[in-house]
Amino acid sequence: MALLEIQDLHASVDGHEILKGVNLTINAGEVHSIMGPNGSGKSTLAAVLARRDAYQVTGGRILFNGKDLLEMDPEEAACEGVFLAFQYPVEIPGIGNAYFLRSAMNAVRKYRGEDELDAMDFLPLYKERMKLLEMDDKLMNRSVNEGFSGGEKKRNEILQLSMLEPKLAILDETDSGLDIDALRIVAQGVNAMRSPDRAFLVITHYQRLLDYIKPDFVHVLVDGKIERSGGPELALELEEKGYVRAEAEVQQALPA
Amino acid sequence: MGNERTMVTTTPKLGKYFEAYETVRAEGLEREPVWLQQLREDGWARFSAKGFPSTHDEDWRFTNLAALAKTSFRRAIKGEFLVSPAQLEAYRVAGAACQLVFVNGHFAPELSDLGNLPEGLLVCSLAKAIDCGREGCAPEGIEQHLGRYADMSRDVFTALNTALWEDGAYLRIHRGVVLDQPIHLLYVSAGTGAEIATHPRTLIIAEDASQAAIIEDYVSLGSEAAFSNAVTELAAGQDAVISHFLIERENLASFNVSTLRIEQSRSANVDSHSILLGGGLVRNNVHPVLNGEGAECLINGLFVGEGRQHIDNYMLVEHARPHCNSRQFYNGILADHARGVFHGRIVVQKDAQKTDAKQTNRNLLLSDNARIDTKPQLEIYADDVKCTHGATIGQIDEAQLFYLRARGIAEADARNLLLYAFAAECLDRMKDATAREFAEKLIRERLRELVSAVQAATPAATQEEEKQNWEEVG
Repeated sequence: MALLEIQDLHASVDGHEILKGVNLTINAGEVHSIMGPNGSGKSTLAAVLARRDAYQVTGGRILFNGKDLLEMDPEEAACEGVFLAFQYPVEIPGIGNAYFLRSAMNAVRKYRGEDELDAMDFLPLYKERMKLLEMDDKLMNRSVNEGFSGGEKKRNEILQLSMLEPKLAILDETDSGLDIDALRIVAQGVNAMRSPDRAFLVITHYQRLLDYIKPDFVHVLVDGKIERSGGPELALELEEKGYVRAEAEVQQALPA
Repeated sequence: MGNERTMVTTTPKLGKYFEAYETVRAEGLEREPVWLQQLREDGWARFSAKGFPSTHDEDWRFTNLAALAKTSFRRAIKGEFLVSPAQLEAYRVAGAACQLVFVNGHFAPELSDLGNLPEGLLVCSLAKAIDCGREGCAPEGIEQHLGRYADMSRDVFTALNTALWEDGAYLRIHRGVVLDQPIHLLYVSAGTGAEIATHPRTLIIAEDASQAAIIEDYVSLGSEAAFSNAVTELAAGQDAVISHFLIERENLASFNVSTLRIEQSRSANVDSHSILLGGGLVRNNVHPVLNGEGAECLINGLFVGEGRQHIDNYMLVEHARPHCNSRQFYNGILADHARGVFHGRIVVQKDAQKTDAKQTNRNLLLSDNARIDTKPQLEIYADDVKCTHGATIGQIDEAQLFYLRARGIAEADARNLLLYAFAAECLDRMKDATAREFAEKLIRERLRELVSAVQAATPAATQEEEKQNWEEVG
C-alpha cells in the first residue's frame, strides 16, 4: 500500500480553481520533488495535504496510509503523520517555542496512545536537535518564531520535523530566502531524517535544494496538473531550460 | 451637559444612600476628627447634587448605570454576615507578607493574617488608625493625604465613597523600606439575601525610596448582587517603587466601581496592574498624576468578559512635570454579549516638557455579539512631547490557529493556547513574582471557564458532528 495516494485532486480558493486533477503516489522511504512556476498550485497542494480549510477540495480523493485524508482535521492529519514545513512560518507571540513543541509532541503521543513527555524527557532531545541545526539556545524560550530571522524560522520548522517524526514531511519552499550555509544546514537536518518508513515531498522553485536533498522522483506541476514526472535528471533539465518552455505552454493554453 | 437631567432621574433613588450617610455621619460626629467630618459632608453634597451619571456624560458614554441606580443597595452592619476562615481559604495569596480581610467594608481582624510584618511597615485598618489619632497615639500624616488626591469634583463615585466609607486599609511604608513579599488586601462581599453597598477606602503612603507590592482583591462569597465602590489613594514619595494590583473577581451580579488615584513624586516609579475577571458591571478608573520630574508609570491591564458582563476602563494619565514617562497596555477578551470599554486619556500639562506617553489597547472579540468601544484622548498643552496611542480589535488569528493545529494540537486546545498567550502578555510586565504567579493562576482558571463556556455556546449540531468524527478516527 502506498503511503500517499492522490487521485484526480481538484481544489479551489475563493471559488478559483487551482488544482485541476493532480495524481500522485508516494511510497514510504521515497523522496519526491514537485517543481513548477509560481502560481502553478504547489503551495495549494501542500495546504490541502495539511488540511487547511481555506482550500476547498472540489473533486478527487487522497488516501494517507489507506485512510481518507480529506475527512481529517489538520490536527488529525498531523497526528496521523503528515507534517508541513511552512513556506512562511507564523509568529505566535506569548507561546514559548519549547512549550509549543512539547505540547505538539504530547498531542501526537496522546493520539497514538503513548505516554506524554515531561520536560525532563523532552529538553535533552530538544537541545541536541537544536545543536544539530546550529540554532541558538536562546531561541528555545522565545515565543514561537517571534523576531526570528528568515533562516531561523526555516530551521525551526526542520527542528519541529525532527522532533515530531512524521511519516510524510512536506517541505513547502523551505529553501526560499536561505543563504547557502543555512540551506546546507536545513538539508542536513532533512537528510538525517530520511528513513525507509518516512517519505518526503519537497516543493521547490529551484533545483538548488535538490543538490543537497537528492530526490527519487521529480514532478513538474503546471497550471494545477502534473505535466511531467521523471527521475532526478528532470530537475537538472529544468534547471538548464528553466520553466520558460513550460510557462510558454501555459501561456498558449490561456485564452488570448 | 447632562448633569441636570441626571439629577432629576436619579435623586429619588438615593434614599438608601442617604440613610447610610445619616448613620455614618452620626457615628462620625462622635469619634471622627473635624477635617474628616468636613470631607464626608463635601462628598455627600457633591454626590447628592449630581446623582449617578448618565450616558450623556462624556466620561460615561458607553456605560449605562440605570441598573445600578435603580437597585436599592443598603449599608452593611458590622458583623451581620458571618464569614469563617474556611470560606476564605481559597482566596489566600501564597507567599504574601500579610493579608487584611474586610467583610462588606468592615475590617475583620479575626480573618486577617498580619504575619510577621517587617520593620518599617504599618498595615492596619484606616478607621482604626484615625481613631488612634484621636487618642493621640497615632500614625500621623493621614490628614495630609486622605481625600487630597482623589477628585470628588470630577467623579461622583469618589464623592460617594468619601461620604460613606467606613473602613479600608491604611498602609505606610517607611522611608527606604523594601518589602520583598506583597501585601494582600481582600475585600469580601458577603450579603446573604441582601443587596449591600460598600465603599472601601484605601490609603497607601509610600515614603521616599520605599518599595512594595500591594494586591487589592475584590471577591464575593455568595451570588447576591453587591455594589463595591472603592477608592484607593496611593502617594508615592521620591524614588519609591510601588506595584499595585487590582483583582476583580466578584460574582457576575455585582457592580464594582474602583478608583485608583496615584500621586507620584520625583522619580517615583509606580505600576498599576488591573486584572478584571469578574463582576457584572465594572468601572475601573486609574488616575496617576506624574507630579515630580522623572516619574515613571506603567498602567497594565487585562479584562475578560462573557455573558452580559460590562467592563469599562477609564484611564486618565496626567503628566504635570517634565521628563516623565507613562506606558499603558490594556488587553481585552470579550465573549458572548460582553461589552468592554477602554477610555485612555492622556493629559500633558504646559510644564510637562519631554513627556513620553504611550498607550496600547488590544482586544479580542470571541463572538459577533461582543463589543468593545475604545477611545484614546490626548490633551497636550506642552510642545516638546512624545505621545502615541494605538488600538486593535480582532478575532483569534486563523493563521496562528492553523499552525498549531497542523502540529497536532486540537482546535480547542489551540484556541485556548492563543487566548492564553494574548491574556498572558500582561504577566510579563509584572515585576513582583508572587503577585505575578497569583495573577497567572487566576487568569488560567478564568480562561478555562471562558473556553468551556464558549464551546458550550457553539451550535449543538456542529459539536455533535465534531465529536463523532473524532470517535470514528480514534
